[in-house]
Amino acid sequence: MSAPAARRKPARAQQLGFLQAINRAQHEEMTRDGSVVLMGQDLRANVFGAAAGALEAFGPSRVRDLPLAEAGSIGVAAGAAMAGLRPIVDLTVASFVFGAMDQFVSQLAKARYMFGGQATLPVVVRAALYYQGGTAGHHADRPYPMFMNVPGLKIIVPSTAPDLLGLLKSAIRDDNPVLCFEDANLWGRKGRGPAMPEDVEHLVPLGSAAVRRPGSDVTIVGIGLGSWLAQQAAEELAADGVDAEVIDPRTLVPMDWPTILASVRRTGRCVVVDPANRTCSAASEIAARVVEDCFDALRGPVVRVTTDDTHVPFSPALEKQIYPTQAKVVAAVRRALA
Amino acid sequence: MLTTATHLDDRGQAMTDGTAADPPPELDGPDGAALARELMRRMQRVRLFEEATIALFHAGELPAMVHLSIGQEAAVVGACLATRTSDYMTGNHRSHGHPIAKGARLDALMAELLGKATGVCGGKGGSMHLADFSVGSLGESGIVGSAIPVATGAGLAAQVRGTGQVALCFFGDGAASEGVLHESMNMAGLWDLPVVYFCENNGFAVSVTTEESLSVPDVAMRAAGYGMPGVTVDGQDVLAVYCATREAVERARRGEGPSLVEAKTYRFHEHAYGLVLPRPYRDQAVVDSWFDTVDPITLFHDRLLAERVLTAGELQALRDEVGAEVEAAVEFARRSPYPPPEAAWTDVYAPGHDPQEVSA
Ligand SMILES: Cc1ncc(C[n+]2csc(CCOP(=O)(O)OP(=O)(O)O)c2C)c(N)n1
Repeated sequence: MSAPAARRKPARAQQLGFLQAINRAQHEEMTRDGSVVLMGQDLRANVFGAAAGALEAFGPSRVRDLPLAEAGSIGVAAGAAMAGLRPIVDLTVASFVFGAMDQFVSQLAKARYMFGGQATLPVVVRAALYYQGGTAGHHADRPYPMFMNVPGLKIIVPSTAPDLLGLLKSAIRDDNPVLCFEDANLWGRKGRGPAMPEDVEHLVPLGSAAVRRPGSDVTIVGIGLGSWLAQQAAEELAADGVDAEVIDPRTLVPMDWPTILASVRRTGRCVVVDPANRTCSAASEIAARVVEDCFDALRGPVVRVTTDDTHVPFSPALEKQIYPTQAKVVAAVRRALA
Repeated sequence: MLTTATHLDDRGQAMTDGTAADPPPELDGPDGAALARELMRRMQRVRLFEEATIALFHAGELPAMVHLSIGQEAAVVGACLATRTSDYMTGNHRSHGHPIAKGARLDALMAELLGKATGVCGGKGGSMHLADFSVGSLGESGIVGSAIPVATGAGLAAQVRGTGQVALCFFGDGAASEGVLHESMNMAGLWDLPVVYFCENNGFAVSVTTEESLSVPDVAMRAAGYGMPGVTVDGQDVLAVYCATREAVERARRGEGPSLVEAKTYRFHEHAYGLVLPRPYRDQAVVDSWFDTVDPITLFHDRLLAERVLTAGELQALRDEVGAEVEAAVEFARRSPYPPPEAAWTDVYAPGHDPQEVSA
């Protein structure tokens, strides 16, 4: 994990960014399993960068450009999965899920249950969270909590490139629909943790949180970019003698409750950082569960740091202030400690 | 109607070669000259406004990317001028031309692009979400296809309230695959709603060609499935677009129901200006040649001269006027203040209904 160690690794392994992680996961899994197909808008021109070389490697039957038809695309993926394929759908921007909501909920999530277990739906849907960049109301949503409210779906929100690689591979192998939300603010970052040699398979199981920083005074749970804000806040707080533990859940469904709850039982304090809108956020669910299960251990309020309950304004003078920031996380920790 | 010689371009569209001829009835006489002037004025507004946004982009003054209508001005303006200011209109992410052509003020539009308080949406919407209700513009949409039912609903309101208004609904060839278009056209056909569905078919949805996304050659063919007329016109010919849309608008206003008009046109710039795609999907040399061969403003300019509707001096004066208007809009936008931070939390609910205040 240390910089000198990373410098000794081969250059390609060091370069693993978000897009490379996606490409590598897809490439490895499509090579391993001929039933995996890749579908998305503008895939062949590789407009979003997450389908490099796919068409050449796997051909037009397994790599398909989708017309602009999000509802149809998700439903087609569900049907193809029920009939033997393992589709990966690149929805590109997470705000495009809304037009497909019925297919997500009524088919993808419910078919197995309603049909008494006859249907298997190994579908992966990837969608990037494009906020903080002036994209305004129609492109900047962080909608994963809405899907947490739908049983039958699994949800991953990787915050490092190695996690994205390992989680996406597990997702493709999973027999359930898995939604992968990628925080586009992290796309430019290099991999965190050990570099990834190309000949070693890297899998991260769904439902396993990562402790980013051990600590004893307060537990900060950070989702997506929130996990980085939590780590930066923890460093700032360390200078004041506050020792924060930072947990990145990585998977929101299934949530790694044992890791989170054990941490809060030790520290007695909890702050949750979540880029989603506040009401019914993932942070809200985590806070509720912590209060239910760790009530006796708690020594302060469980505090959420989320995006405010408003829409994303276009103006650069307005946008950034609505999101979680390092300063907001530090203030929340001080409140939890008070 | 065209008395000039015509030939076909690479997409099978008629082009005039601009030899001297008499104007068609629409452009004849003082009314015709006035129409020609207004068509040209609005096309120039779209072109010069967007050229100014290109300059702002290169100067680093634009907060976000923009989708330009340069090359599509004839489609946008011909359609809008066939409606009245009181008629409704919705659009898409290629968003500046629609409100400009509908008559919105350039200064408030430009201020919106810079995220200023004086912007037409107070800085909250930005380029992709322009709206100016004062000229019937009910909003552009960053979500492809999302505003199509909205135009349909505006048509429903006009019908129920008996106002005689019509709704003009802009969408792209890519959006023609979205389910909401089909749901909307069915409702409009079923209820004889006064809606004109107007497809700006520029041949591409980002990198995907119409051949790769549509199951039929022309979007206009979809009309038959919803019991409405569908026509395809040369989208570089502003008068042809105007005439076809006017017919559809008049039909709607008479209570005879919706129509679909498809304008075959060209997107001269990249999907979003400044976007660099990893792999070329169209021949740049061909794209560059379009400025010389199918520029709708040049085509109309040459035609107006050839048919002696306006003089070169008049056309130049008109362009200069618009140039000054655009320059003033840029200055206004630059000088304008940003909205105060607290504006981020207003307009979510109607005044007095904000849960934060109500339950505080
Ligand atoms: C629902 C949805 N899906 C995808 C996108 C991304 N996107 C924006 S514009 C566009 C292409 C639209 O093509 P078309 O409707 O033909 O309009 P054009 O850009 O050619 O004017 C795509 C794929 C989006 N904004 N909304």
